Amino acid sequence: MDAVKRRKIVNGVVLVLSTLAALFGLMWLFWILGTLLYKGLGSLSWEVFVGDPPGPGDNTGGLKHAIVGQTLIVLIATVIGIPLGILAGTYLSEYGGNSRIANFIRDLSDVVMSVPSIVVGTFIYAIMVKPAGHFMGIAGSISLAIMMIPIILRTTDDMLRMVPPELREAAYALGATKFKVIKDVVYRAAITGIVTGVILSVARIGGETAPLLFTSFNNNFFTLNMFQPMASLTVTMYDYAMSPYKYWQQLAWAAAIILTFGVLGANILGRVIAHYKFKK
Amino acid sequence: MARSRGFWADWTFGKIAAISAFLVVAILIALAVVLYGESRLAIEAFGVWKFITSTVWNPPMEKFGGAPAIFGSIVSTIISILIAVPVAVGIAIFLTEIAPHYLRTPVGVAIELLAAIPSIIYGMWGLFFFAPFMRDYLQPVIHATLGKLPVIGQWFEGYTPGIGLLTASIVLSIMILPYTAAISRDSFKMVPDVLKESAYALGATKWDVMKDVVIPYAKLGVIGGIILSLGRALGETMAVTFVMGNQPVIPHSLLEPATSITVTLANEFTEADSDIYLSSLFYLAFILFVMSFLVIAIGKFLFLKRVER
Amino acid sequence: MAFVIEPSEPVKIVVDHLKFFYSDHQVLKDISFKVPEKRVTALIGPSGCGKTTLLRCFNRMHDLYPGNRYEGRILLDGENILDPNYDVIKLRIRVGMVFQKPTAFPMSIFDNVAYGLRLQGLKNKTELVDRVEKALKDAALWDEVKDKLNKPATALSGGQQQRLCIARAIAVEPEVLLFDEPTSALDPISTAKIEELVVSFRDKLTVIIVTHNMQQAARVSDYTAFMYMGELIEFNKTEEIFVKPKEKLTEDYITGRFG
Repeated sequence: MDAVKRRKIVNGVVLVLSTLAALFGLMWLFWILGTLLYKGLGSLSWEVFVGDPPGPGDNTGGLKHAIVGQTLIVLIATVIGIPLGILAGTYLSEYGGNSRIANFIRDLSDVVMSVPSIVVGTFIYAIMVKPAGHFMGIAGSISLAIMMIPIILRTTDDMLRMVPPELREAAYALGATKFKVIKDVVYRAAITGIVTGVILSVARIGGETAPLLFTSFNNNFFTLNMFQPMASLTVTMYDYAMSPYKYWQQLAWAAAIILTFGVLGANILGRVIAHYKFKK
Repeated sequence: MARSRGFWADWTFGKIAAISAFLVVAILIALAVVLYGESRLAIEAFGVWKFITSTVWNPPMEKFGGAPAIFGSIVSTIISILIAVPVAVGIAIFLTEIAPHYLRTPVGVAIELLAAIPSIIYGMWGLFFFAPFMRDYLQPVIHATLGKLPVIGQWFEGYTPGIGLLTASIVLSIMILPYTAAISRDSFKMVPDVLKESAYALGATKWDVMKDVVIPYAKLGVIGGIILSLGRALGETMAVTFVMGNQPVIPHSLLEPATSITVTLANEFTEADSDIYLSSLFYLAFILFVMSFLVIAIGKFLFLKRVER
Repeated sequence: MAFVIEPSEPVKIVVDHLKFFYSDHQVLKDISFKVPEKRVTALIGPSGCGKTTLLRCFNRMHDLYPGNRYEGRILLDGENILDPNYDVIKLRIRVGMVFQKPTAFPMSIFDNVAYGLRLQGLKNKTELVDRVEKALKDAALWDEVKDKLNKPATALSGGQQQRLCIARAIAVEPEVLLFDEPTSALDPISTAKIEELVVSFRDKLTVIIVTHNMQQAARVSDYTAFMYMGELIEFNKTEEIFVKPKEKLTEDYITGRFG
């Protein structure tokens, strides 16, 4: 029986160690979260949302240009990414099935998903910014869309494949065409899953900085022109945090908390929808 | 024979869907081709082996070698994985087997949400909070402990303002921690309950079940997950850019400022004032692309594929 | 109202006013009967009647999940195993279990069978080899696997894996062995082999087997407990219960009028 006793002691030791590991890891994460909340909430004010960008050394000014820029860049990325991602996922699930070519595209899509985001930025720089001769907001959107497509493709593919084949067969048996079956039956059955995937992909790319550095770049002025350099929260954060001005650093923290709330909000929304769906 | 109603809508939809799917392939090919094309100038000027091994990165002299950046990328990735993996697996074990059931879901969700926080936040925290902490508290401890070790002691020498390779690696490890923990936990969760029950039914303790059933069963998935984390760390820019120091040298000590591929790109890309400079930066981007491609290919196709089937 | 007899053999386990709750839902309602030593006792009843829940009380498998609560007592050789201070690890060494589906561990055939022995601290290689061989022979698997003991267990067929799990359970020489519908995932030939094994354990150890197959209960067991909606309706010698059941519900079930 002392083997049993020894095992119990080892068990106890390991349980304590892994609990400590968990606490150790969580401690750092909460330290970061704590500073973000402390510095970020402390920096928030009405001025931050509506103010024009501050000049060097200014003690007033806000992030309106970056908030609007960020929203526009992500919005356009979403408008490009959603239809392409969903259509590609539809092709894989409904036309490709388990064929070799479909599986090959799935693999490649996973590779695209893990291309370093800064590399995507250099790619878009080469094909858009360099020929145009200047940075532009739309180039940032396209960088983000490239990162988005494989994520949406994957969830759409997974969700559509979960739709039972009997459902499709029942629609075909009524004489529906493939397009009708997909549009009226398959999409309807999978809609919550697809919406969740889209929201989570927006959350995922919304916080990206690196792909915007050489594409939409930054702009110290308010603009709605997608063909001009455009400020984003992330790049503005980077520039302001690295600056020597206290007020700019403060604005960087304000941008950080706005961005984090936005990203986490989208993330939580996606989860709530998914949760609701799987509960049903 | 006339086409039935709806034929053309059907045909068009099918074609558009197919084109969208092949677009993904086109993007990947275009990425490789364009990056290679933009690097051509530097490849011709500096070669492959010579570029990878040359430590001289001197823009005014138009001499470019990739060794410092490649070194920094690889070393920071390895250190961050060494730190993050044990802690992440500990968290995963905690979440699947140890924590009281009422804690598992909230802590699990908290970890997943932390994984969703933009990496630039980690970088900013690193610059404003962790770097001073490193300088004032950790650096003396590191000097007194790791710095006293034979052979590797010299990697932990020197006094710095807290910014350097080790600082960047630690921030990177904190950033990938939630991601690694979440995928390790998902792998552990895939072990069927009944398999664990059979071990418990033989009188096994939680740790026995973990080490003899759960870990062996989930091993491939966890390794695959670690490799994916490695890919993530390798390609990460914002968590390291603030705290790496951007010095294009191979440092003598891990405490000293250094650089990595992503840091070099983030700092210098928009400042490159000559064709050869820009091309050298593209060359680095191309090398990073190839490295991460290899890492992903190994992780996905060697480990995770076998899990799925 | 339940009809419960006293077994004529010595008693191994006494179930005494057992109630089991899962969250707020009462799954077992005041169950009392005695399990005879070194005999096969079958638990039958329609699905959802609580027979598997009852079986999992005997090795406190429910403890692995939150929200469980036992009331009443289960005495194993006179000791109450439901006592919160009772050592479940030692309990599970004495009370083995075989599950519905084969549960080969991700290790070699040999290591699977040796696993329980190693857990108990057996390190001596020759003794391990002997005990593994004996267990595999007792589980009628030895001839099929003796040349590939180092192969992964997952390479065996479903029926073989289930016999491997039986070998693993008996290798540690438990006093009680629990079977939870052990043949429900198997083909008829594999099922017959498992049933032969169960019969062969009679006189060696106390067996409790849950089955949804009445013919199986009739073939392998000495005593049968019929459960319905979380209650024990009848506990009797198997031939009695199948030939002249005392309770109307039992009769209805056995004659196939429901379930």
